[in-house]
Amino acid sequence: MNKFEYGIAKNIEGAFDFLKEPDSKIKAGGIDVLDLMKEGLEAPKRLVNIRSVPDLRFINKGENGELRIGATTTLAEIESSKTIKAAYPALAQAAATIATPQIRNVATIGGNLCQRPRCWYFRSEDFHCLRNGGDTCFAEDGENRFHAILGNEDDCVVVHPSGTAVALMALGARLVIAKNKEKRELALADFWVTPEDDVTKENILQHGELITEIILPKPRQNESSFYFKQQEKQSFDWPIADVAVSLKLKGKQCEDARIVLGSAAPIPWRVKAAEQVLQGKPISIKLAKQAADAAMKDAKPLSENAYKVAVFKAVIYRTICWAAGVDPFAT
Amino acid sequence: MPREVTLKVGVGKNLKERIVEIPDNAPRPWDGSDDLKYVGKRVPRVDGRDKTSGRAKFTFDIQLPGMLHAKFLRSKYPAAVIRKIDTSKAIKYPGVKAILSVQDKLPLIVRFAGQEILAVAAETAHQAAEALKLIEVTYDVRKFVVDKDLAKEKNAPTVFNTQVEEKLTEGDLPGEHSEVTQKGNVRGPNISPKDATPEKIDAALASSFAVVEATYRTQVQTHSAMETHGVVVDWTAEDKLKCWASTQAVFAVRDELAGSFKLPKSNVRIITKHMGGGFGAKFGVGIYGVMAAKLAREAKAPVRLMLDRKEEHLCVGNRPDSVQSLKIGADNDGKLTGIKLISYGTAGTGTGAGTSGPAKNIYEYDHFYSEESDVFTNAGPGAAFRAPGHPQGAFALEQAIDELAYKLKIDPLEFRKINTPNNEIRQAQLKIAAEKSGWARRNPNPGADKGPIKRGIGIANSVWYYFYGRNFQVSTQVNNDGTVKVTNGVQDLGTGITTVIVTIAAEELGLKPSDIQVSIGDSEYGYGPASGGSVTTGGLSPAVRDSAYAAKMKMFEIAAPMLETTADKLAAADGKIFIKENPDKSLSWKQVAKKIPGDNFIAIGERKEDYHKLDIGTIHGVQIIEVAVDTETGVVKAERVYAVHDCGRPMDLLTTESQINGGIIQGISYALFEDRILDRNTGIMVNSNMEQYKIAGALDTPEIESVVLNVHYGQSSTGAIGIGEPATVATAGAVGNAIFHATGVRVRELPMTPDKVLIALEAMKGASS
Ligand SMILES: Cc1cc2nc3c(=O)[nH]c(=O)nc-3n(C[C@H](O)[C@H](O)[C@H](O)COP(=O)(O)OP(=O)(O)OC[C@H]3O[C@@H](n4cnc5c(N)ncnc54)[C@H](O)[C@@H]3O)c2cc1C
Repeated sequence: MNKFEYGIAKNIEGAFDFLKEPDSKIKAGGIDVLDLMKEGLEAPKRLVNIRSVPDLRFINKGENGELRIGATTTLAEIESSKTIKAAYPALAQAAATIATPQIRNVATIGGNLCQRPRCWYFRSEDFHCLRNGGDTCFAEDGENRFHAILGNEDDCVVVHPSGTAVALMALGARLVIAKNKEKRELALADFWVTPEDDVTKENILQHGELITEIILPKPRQNESSFYFKQQEKQSFDWPIADVAVSLKLKGKQCEDARIVLGSAAPIPWRVKAAEQVLQGKPISIKLAKQAADAAMKDAKPLSENAYKVAVFKAVIYRTICWAAGVDPFAT
Repeated sequence: MPREVTLKVGVGKNLKERIVEIPDNAPRPWDGSDDLKYVGKRVPRVDGRDKTSGRAKFTFDIQLPGMLHAKFLRSKYPAAVIRKIDTSKAIKYPGVKAILSVQDKLPLIVRFAGQEILAVAAETAHQAAEALKLIEVTYDVRKFVVDKDLAKEKNAPTVFNTQVEEKLTEGDLPGEHSEVTQKGNVRGPNISPKDATPEKIDAALASSFAVVEATYRTQVQTHSAMETHGVVVDWTAEDKLKCWASTQAVFAVRDELAGSFKLPKSNVRIITKHMGGGFGAKFGVGIYGVMAAKLAREAKAPVRLMLDRKEEHLCVGNRPDSVQSLKIGADNDGKLTGIKLISYGTAGTGTGAGTSGPAKNIYEYDHFYSEESDVFTNAGPGAAFRAPGHPQGAFALEQAIDELAYKLKIDPLEFRKINTPNNEIRQAQLKIAAEKSGWARRNPNPGADKGPIKRGIGIANSVWYYFYGRNFQVSTQVNNDGTVKVTNGVQDLGTGITTVIVTIAAEELGLKPSDIQVSIGDSEYGYGPASGGSVTTGGLSPAVRDSAYAAKMKMFEIAAPMLETTADKLAAADGKIFIKENPDKSLSWKQVAKKIPGDNFIAIGERKEDYHKLDIGTIHGVQIIEVAVDTETGVVKAERVYAVHDCGRPMDLLTTESQINGGIIQGISYALFEDRILDRNTGIMVNSNMEQYKIAGALDTPEIESVVLNVHYGQSSTGAIGIGEPATVATAGAVGNAIFHATGVRVRELPMTPDKVLIALEAMKGASS
């Protein structure tokens, strides 16, 4: 790891002051950023700690029944928040299944959204891949068991790693992004950058910009949500497929659905084709399976990851069922 | 003068008398009639508190004044010739004290990505790492091969141009050294038995009533012990070396360092007070140990060289992979006729990919043929790994046995009984396992569960062998305040020999375990075993007991006049020395100790040859495993394990069970998760960490119920035999069989990850539609 300066911000203005150094990097929980520095993939001159800013750490009810979550709120705080568990269960479920309790005590929601992909080529100093500014994607014709099956046609085949992003997208979250005195609001769905647009980035943040808040809209009437993460092993494994579903229901009738896939594509992947299958129909196992098939219709597996299509189909139909209160295993 | 004693020997409660000749000064061996106070009971780990509180100091924790930190520069290419190395910038980097190449002269031939090139010692680890970045290496990059099947092809790049000598460590099976040919990258085949031919076995199998033939594949597993390899070395004088080593063979490390630096053995001291596991990969001093000592000499300062997790995966050992084609047959009453095994695998640049142990040593049959080869690839060398060759072999064999049982419509457990008729231990274990697991409730039809998540129960046998070593020297010192200290040079690999020593000494001396102090892990103490081949307890425990017994005899001699009797009339128990016939006439241990002339005495116990050869030289075990298979996602969970094992007479039941638990967990991890993945295009390992190299964690651990079947041989004063290795042999095979029982589908390749399970399920659907 390189030597670096460490700025401990006391408040938001202080953070922006420290960020005036062009070669600086935000550190929230530090779980991801320190990993990248240890591997030699990041070498900032200055690290700006924002976990020390009290004003960024809160879960508050806002106007119009929305919920505002400060960017440095930890995953542990989110998974145990009564409000979130009651109104936005998918988010609590996503937070609760990430990594380990130790990590969740430190990792923040802002950092979770901005963490970089776990592709083993991207993460290794031994490979200088496209996303690291090189000219090859090593995964495309290499070891790609855990790589993308959707949105993977533009050279880089990483999957987006954030579990909370999947849930937040399904819940229609918005972000507040600040830079010095300026502030803007943005739908989380518009936050992501595809490899086609810029293969070296996962999101639109510019240097010096800070996510200050995540806003969850007031739950719609009869909205229910569910997040499920399918792992190979049960102790702190990354998902091979994760899915968030939010449904507006009238009885079992689906009035509106949002279905988002994680670990499927370079960005959290909303599958409108699957949502349409559910539209206006009563949720049943059969219908949920049809939606799952629709979600996977455009899947283009790589040499080693065709199995992920089957896994996604299973996880999608089950998660739809769980969100609708239907037992997916009923015979 | 030897004397004869009549012992109760046998399996469990089924005991027979046996006359055994023992030396006059040795205790009567513990046998089936002895119900002991501590031995065979549950004595908590004596170093447990130190380990959980962080007080235990591992090599990793050693800090010396002025100590330097060393790091290796490793090749980033799997095959290359290095003709030039420029260290001129690095040597000027602040804090750098020494830079040494692993090979005095260039060219250096690189055979795997991660091979060491040179090492730097600097004042801080950070400086050493930064200095490495300044070193310029000119690689002449060569073609490489990391796929063993490609490596076998005629035009494959050859890893070695010379004949490779097999290197054996204490972890390898003795007597495996064999004369074999080497052609291209293939070393072998090694044919067994020597006079067998494929024609003969094919003919024998052709006339069998039923035959099963299939090919099984296993992956490369890295040892991944918690503490990485490494040393801290300190030249305490120009010709005196002190070395803290994370090793499972203190004396081998001493000998190798003494040899490398041409020092007398007495000038080299190795210390291993605590170590964080080795699983077979930590027998020698390693390049890292030699380089650390060279750097320390050059820099005139102590040097710490601990590998990091990545190096651990790349360079210091692994379990070779395998491709095993098995053909086995049986006649119509279910008796095995013969086994044919053709097997090859790669240990990278090393050797030792053989897998025939289980096929040779579990079942009874007439005909056998095996052919085993090593295939060299440009990958890190294999090393002995917890029962070398056996988890691989058992994964294939035990699934084939299962397949044959189903084909013959014989219950798989029954089939195993039919084919081990002369092994009383296996018969007893299979019976216990059936009862414990409620085998009878198992639905005989595979794939019977409704719904996508299906449960299944599978069984597999284990096999290992009894090794014990000779000439270990244990001393028991009794001080005149009554305190007792038992000393031997052995290291505690983590398996619990420290606790075993305490347990035995307390039993023999009639004291409590907390009364016994132990000092181990030092080459200046009496000779102790290398912890390989599951020898430590079976090897060392008789010397511990004999030494405690000798100490007790000395105490009896002192006590006899005090109690107005003779030493042979005395016994020791509950902290007292008393007259056997009249226990009320007693003295406390302390009262007697006060009369020790001078300050203390030391009694030595030595490990000699066993009193007799065992009738059955193998160690057994059977595991029954319940799994849940999600047939839509391919995810397998091991839910419950019933394990029945034997290890002669268990010394401390808690640490014995802990070995069984550990063996099973490691076996589950091998069955379902672990996999060293080398990038096919660059030869570089892509998952050289603990995140993407997946290892079973707490939530992946099944419920484990284990039974240790006591087997009394009377072969030594304690009757102990090892357990570390046999505990992991059966697991992956049992999981495979459970998956079959759950789904009706065989997964013949490890690790049985969702992709492979789904492919197997798909193939069945395809076949049946
Ligand atoms: C073993 C293991 C398993 C894991 N499993 C999972 C999993 O299953 N699912 C999952 O989602 N994650 C998983 N993670 C990842 C972990 O959840 C993330 O690394 C963590 O959430 C990052 O949060 P942090 O606060 O530590 O971020 P940091 O490391 O501090 O920051 C991460 C990035 O975000 C930027 N950043 C942080 N906060 C802000 C902000 N407010 N505004 C703008 N930029 C910001 C930083 O500059 C940096 O680039 C796992 C991690 C480990 C080690």
